[in-house]
Amino acid sequence: MHRFANPNKFLRMGRAILPWSAGLTILCITTGLYLALFVSPPDYQQLESVRIMYVHVPSAWMAMFVYSSIAFSSAMALIWKHPLADLIAKASAPVGAGFTLICLVTGSLWGKPMWGTWWVWDARLTSVLILFFLYLGYIALNNAFDDPARGAKASAVLALVGAVNLPIIKFSVDWWNTLHQPASVTRLDAPAVHSSMLWPLMLMAVGFTLFYVTILIFRVRSEIAAAKIHNIQLAEARR
Amino acid sequence: MSDLFHMGGHGVYIWPAYLIATVIVVGILVQTITTMRRRERQLAELRRERRGTDDEDET
Repeated sequence: MHRFANPNKFLRMGRAILPWSAGLTILCITTGLYLALFVSPPDYQQLESVRIMYVHVPSAWMAMFVYSSIAFSSAMALIWKHPLADLIAKASAPVGAGFTLICLVTGSLWGKPMWGTWWVWDARLTSVLILFFLYLGYIALNNAFDDPARGAKASAVLALVGAVNLPIIKFSVDWWNTLHQPASVTRLDAPAVHSSMLWPLMLMAVGFTLFYVTILIFRVRSEIAAAKIHNIQLAEARR
Repeated sequence: MSDLFHMGGHGVYIWPAYLIATVIVVGILVQTITTMRRRERQLAELRRERRGTDDEDET
């Protein structure tokens, strides 16, 4: 059973990491939420509505980070046939889609009071909407085949092609005129955000990342179980 | 207390944003754990049925 040697190592490692990632997720998100909602000051231009930033920006980062890890795992799976890489990519997709949806909805709820509109078809918003559809397409394609290996291969190709969208999202605010503001934290010089706002933002971002790690451990475990069930059923059918 | 809900008139945008984010995050967590438990139960059952006939897949 050398094919499952790696997955078993993953399961052991996952069991060791899980209590830490789950505990720190709760700690970071509760502290982050407390600071975001009750401690951090209103913005001098955006007033209280700036509090939406503490969910909107970390979820936008996660939307891109999770897609990057899907694209990376897909490349690993296609090139080296790493048995875990397909499972990691597949397990990541619903989490990434969820974060992208959070990003879109909170962005809309932030846009209404600040821009006077729920939605504009500009480069940043449209490219993130495309990211959401890429996630949905990935999930649909992955489940579209009876043979999980074929689904994994087809969706891995889609993930790699769709990765072109990532730099477009990142630089859309610099390349095109848009209502969306450019980056304030991930700049080459120091972040243009005061520490009273940077702390809750970073805690939420770390919390979301650890949430992703926690969910990934559960979902890969789930996919390994599904693969074993599939193998047993195939063996039964051959008898 | 009403200040907290009102948030200078932006409460109607802020609270739904946090609520929807919570629903999505909790939804992912619940779906993930219920699916994992169901599959692990099914796997354990299949292995119990096969016990003794073919030990190759036992890990």
